[in-house]
Amino acid sequence: MGGLQKKKYERGSATNYITRNKARKKLQLSLADFRRLCILKGIYPHEPKHKKKVNKGSTAPRTFYLFKDIRFLLHEPIVRKFREYKVFVRKLRKAYGKAEWTGVERLRDNKPGYKLDHIIKERYPTFIDALRDIDDALSMCFLFSTFARTGKCHVQTITLCRRLTVEWMNYVVTSRSLRKVFLSIKGIYYQAEVLGQLITWLVPYQFAHDHPTDVDYRVMATFTEMYTTLFGFINFRLYQTLNLVYPPKLDSKAESELKAEHEEDYAMDSESYLEKLSALSASLARVVATAEEEENQLDLFPTEGENMQAREKEQKEQEAQKRLFEGLKFFLNREVPRESLAFILRCFGAEVSWDKSLCIGGTYEVTDETITHQIVDRPDMDKQYINRYYIQPQWVFDSVNAQMRLPVEDYFLGTTLPPHLSPFVEEKDGDYVPPEKLKLMALQRGEKPGKSRAELDSEEEDEEEEDEEEEEEDDEEEDDVDDEELTEEKNLKKMEGTRVTPGKVKPWETGSVGNKVRLEQEEKAEEKRLAIMMMKKKEKYLYDKIMFGKKRTTREVSSLRCAPAKPTRHITCHHSKVQT
Amino acid sequence: MRTVNLESQKNGTMSKAKEKSAKKRVVEEDDDQLPIFDKDVTEKKAGEEDDADLSDSEESVFSGLEDSESDSHDEEEDAEEGDDEEDDDDAVILDEILTKSSGVETATEPPATDKNTPTQPDVKTAPKRKMKKGEGVAMDDGGEKGLITTRHGDEYEHDTSDEEDIRNTVGNIPMEWYQDYPHIGYNLDGKKIFKPIRNKDELDEFLDKMENPDYWRTVHDKTTASDIRLSDEQVDLVHRLQKGQFGDVNFNEYEPSVDFFTNEVMIHPVTNRPQDKRSFIPSLIEKEKVSKLVHAIKMGWIKPRKPKETTPQYYDLWAKEDPNAILGRHKMHVPAPKMRLPGHEESYNPPPEYLLTEEERMAWEQQDAEDRKLPFLPQKHSCLRAVPAFSRFIHERFERCLDLYLCPRQRKMRVNVNPEDLIPKLPKPKDLQPFPTTMSLVYIGHSSLVRSISASPTGQWLVSGSDDCTVRFWEVNTGRCMKTLEVGGAVKSVAWNPNPAVCLVAVCFESTVLLLNPGLGDRLVVSSTDQLITSYEPPEEDKEQAVTWALSEGPEHDNGHRLTLTHPKAVKQVVWHGKGDYLASVMPDNSSNLQVLIHQVSKRRTQNPFRKNKGLVQCVSFHPLRPYFFVATQRYVRVYNLIKQELTKKLMTNCKWISSMAIHPGGDNLICGSYDCRLAWFDLDLSTKPYKMLRHHKKALRGVAYHKHYPLFASGADDGSVIICHGMVYNDLLQNPLIVPVKVLKGHQITHDLGVLDVTFHPTQPWVFSSGADATIRLFT
Repeated sequence: MGGLQKKKYERGSATNYITRNKARKKLQLSLADFRRLCILKGIYPHEPKHKKKVNKGSTAPRTFYLFKDIRFLLHEPIVRKFREYKVFVRKLRKAYGKAEWTGVERLRDNKPGYKLDHIIKERYPTFIDALRDIDDALSMCFLFSTFARTGKCHVQTITLCRRLTVEWMNYVVTSRSLRKVFLSIKGIYYQAEVLGQLITWLVPYQFAHDHPTDVDYRVMATFTEMYTTLFGFINFRLYQTLNLVYPPKLDSKAESELKAEHEEDYAMDSESYLEKLSALSASLARVVATAEEEENQLDLFPTEGENMQAREKEQKEQEAQKRLFEGLKFFLNREVPRESLAFILRCFGAEVSWDKSLCIGGTYEVTDETITHQIVDRPDMDKQYINRYYIQPQWVFDSVNAQMRLPVEDYFLGTTLPPHLSPFVEEKDGDYVPPEKLKLMALQRGEKPGKSRAELDSEEEDEEEEDEEEEEEDDEEEDDVDDEELTEEKNLKKMEGTRVTPGKVKPWETGSVGNKVRLEQEEKAEEKRLAIMMMKKKEKYLYDKIMFGKKRTTREVSSLRCAPAKPTRHITCHHSKVQT
Repeated sequence: MRTVNLESQKNGTMSKAKEKSAKKRVVEEDDDQLPIFDKDVTEKKAGEEDDADLSDSEESVFSGLEDSESDSHDEEEDAEEGDDEEDDDDAVILDEILTKSSGVETATEPPATDKNTPTQPDVKTAPKRKMKKGEGVAMDDGGEKGLITTRHGDEYEHDTSDEEDIRNTVGNIPMEWYQDYPHIGYNLDGKKIFKPIRNKDELDEFLDKMENPDYWRTVHDKTTASDIRLSDEQVDLVHRLQKGQFGDVNFNEYEPSVDFFTNEVMIHPVTNRPQDKRSFIPSLIEKEKVSKLVHAIKMGWIKPRKPKETTPQYYDLWAKEDPNAILGRHKMHVPAPKMRLPGHEESYNPPPEYLLTEEERMAWEQQDAEDRKLPFLPQKHSCLRAVPAFSRFIHERFERCLDLYLCPRQRKMRVNVNPEDLIPKLPKPKDLQPFPTTMSLVYIGHSSLVRSISASPTGQWLVSGSDDCTVRFWEVNTGRCMKTLEVGGAVKSVAWNPNPAVCLVAVCFESTVLLLNPGLGDRLVVSSTDQLITSYEPPEEDKEQAVTWALSEGPEHDNGHRLTLTHPKAVKQVVWHGKGDYLASVMPDNSSNLQVLIHQVSKRRTQNPFRKNKGLVQCVSFHPLRPYFFVATQRYVRVYNLIKQELTKKLMTNCKWISSMAIHPGGDNLICGSYDCRLAWFDLDLSTKPYKMLRHHKKALRGVAYHKHYPLFASGADDGSVIICHGMVYNDLLQNPLIVPVKVLKGHQITHDLGVLDVTFHPTQPWVFSSGADATIRLFT
């Protein structure tokens, strides 16, 4: 008895959350401004554990924010800027209405703006934090940089995005940090390893966008605003780490070369500079002139650990991958996507050029005798040089993903291309591995690619892999270069083997030994079944769920394995065989 | 009001004026102030403006009454026509004024005000005019009207025009206040105005209504307590007002508009002032200001506005990064998850097995966007050149943006459990042997479902009761049917007397419980059993019992029938007490307390242990050692102490409907099978709630049984299986019973959705019998 009566919803979780509308009112912002603020500050709603309690007994669907988050927003200086901007718009409208043009001009000159530097610093206290979160920023900036300069957003934003992405690509080229590339139907995926962080981004194919009507560009623009700021700071820092000049400058040597050749083609120096940069054909100026080699040696130092060997090996592989195309001279035909190919080839140390009329920055002509590969994406060529390969662009992508120069035969002009596989898929036990991947792994192991895929397929179907397995074991003994992959594959094969046994055991082994084995197995199975019966309800539920998921994956794999597309593949294989 | 005033001034007659005042008072009250002012002006201007007076029709804008009245007088007709002419004149004059002054904008008041200006004089002048005209008329009127006032001709001398035609000075009060007085107020001289001598009562009213042709236009004036007859014009006016028309008949709503302001441009300016000199010379003050600015610019004090830097400036933001300076909020912050990486199927040239077949594509197209496993259709392009733009690229980016700022983020702990770890570690069934593992014998002979089976205490014989109205006795080891007895109905339950010294079998069908002596086994036992039954001597006083005991004789006796207990209701189950003397029978009936009966065979006595009905009894059982009695109703099992005659325990089974029950030979544990596929194990020492709930069966349980010696129990269910579990009960009270399923026995076919109906263990061997709906009994060893 005694004391005040406790009221409901005055403590506990009900006070820790705030609905969106209340938050908006507390901040005295319009909904659009509130959204912008949330985007810029990285505030997102929270799902309370007990929704009804938080919602004060109501079950209406509401968005909740943490009250702490909103209180944290209260002290944000940018909120004041928002209000100032609102006032500015009001004044401007009034001036327009009164046709006070000088007033309009004055107001325009004093248009309030804001900077997001402090927000970036606050959201990403360390550089690595920022780098980790840059995936979306990259994809967004690459998208915005492809927009036409009409309407949808400010031209400044587009040019800024373009500038930043060019800077980024230049950085990746200089640091040779590209790891994987993938041609998807959406665009081109790139994956780079920057300061130990894997960064993946998606670049759309170069087409004019069909702008959808059901997309709120204001939201996208706000995100881009934040991303460009973040991206710029990251670029600055990255250039600093490589001792490069920021904003990027072309190497003085390269610059002079370019200037001599193409001065007359472009009108203004200021305009053409970004173009020259985006051509990616020249190296960048450094603050202190140092050789690249030194860095590599520096890299080798810290590899003194416990599993030194493995790390060393990994490092070696990486180094090898970085020099994948070194010493090769490429020429890009005009029908291939110049920017992405130039970017990839330059990332792996190749020399690239293209037709003069295609873009600024081509360093040599088609007629150059030293060209080793010409990348072509048309069915046939009239005039062919004997001392160079005419290959389709997929070769470059596949080679990068395989970390080796693949045999060029499959990618010759006019041949049907082998399937392009995603480098991001890492098969676990029981997953389906396409036969092309198996072949590729064999190639990486250094086996002769003597078998065509048709044989490989049939082999799989017959499942006579014992010989091969032995071979593999031999290989393993010889060089344990790619240990992991090998074991992985072996596991896979073993699994396939076990899958087969129940079917095969019956006809062969009818003797007493087999019987015993079978009995034992059955006994075990029954034991398990009985034990499952004794499971607690909760655990049983979980167990059932796990088993359901497992069954589903195996079903999917089996459906892929016995896909109806096999016969067509045979045909293609024959075709390719003839070609080779 | 104004008009009323005019009227009263004009002709002193005033019957009309009165009625008007009465009627209009309310309507026109707000106009009341005006007359005062009017009056003054009137006096002044009367003379001069007489000619310029406006017509009746104008003035009647304010009062239709006035007008209508004047119309009523024929003599006035002419005058009025004259007035109209005057009106025309007026317009002419006005025009003249307009033309004169049109150059200057002061010219005339706008048409709206037009009315006011003329009316004022009009109002002022009107009374005079009317007076002149009306003096003669007043006389006529007076003759007509019933009310003749005393004051007449000179009334105007002392009367002020602002007062209305007042006879009664009490003012605007409810006249009811004077109801009880002989007078209704005071006249101007302060004398009482008396009411008419005789008030009109209902009858008068009625007569009046009937006789007076003008009754409908007669209005009662309360202030003077007189009736006023409305003239035709007034009636007309009322009609017009009711219709929403103007009060004045002659008022023209659609007068042609007069363009007061000409749109012609004048050739001459309004003013002819020459321009100032200063408008030609530059301003000195301005010059000073400009020179000041010029000086400031020269001196470098004013700088031109720099164009604003629009490109953002980047610098090393993380130059002094301090990972420890992370705000508390950021510790809680959940970073956004990265986008899913693409798989093989997203390739522009995927392996052919990743392409969708025609049916899959159709299915994909018909699915909702949310249900699709892949958000896009895998496509194959022969070369990179042929790859089109992805139409949903911007959409997908936008959706990602929405996810980033609209989706609540949560860290979800993913259960990374090895499913093998979830399986409990149990002792191997091998180590828990012996238990029945294989089906070794099938007892075939019944033609319908076998409801119940029971084994003899020696373990040599088995009795079964079936729906084909027979009871069969089998030899366990050979599977031979030793005896078949026809009984008068489908056998619900059979029970072999557990006492090895007695050879008796209880069989129940319909409402009868039959005690049989099968005559199998030891001769001595058989004969001693017969002796036991015949040795009964009826007691001196025969008590009334619920059941009639009848000794069988003749052919029935030869068949083995010994005693017949005829129950009042259908019996479902019979159960022996461990000693073999007592027998309990169950007659499930929800409505009475006569559901369970306990019989004593040696004394042929029957008693009903329960006074109250506690629900539908499913089955009963005796405690093997102590005098306890278990009664299972639909959801509870009640344990009664038979000696103390009280309820000792009530077990909650958490089942929907109990089907069967068995008690551990130790007496401290109990299992309950239920129709909702569960088997509940109770440890009576532990709690009244189940110690363990086993959901081994897929369908309703029909029978459960404990083994007498081995730690085994069995359950049979409608899914046709018998599950044998190892159920070890330890002597140590601290150790809970160990329950391990050891064997699933299958063999019974499911017929009519029924599988196994009863299970029972062999009394000595680890064997189990099961009877099923497929009319067989099976022995598992």
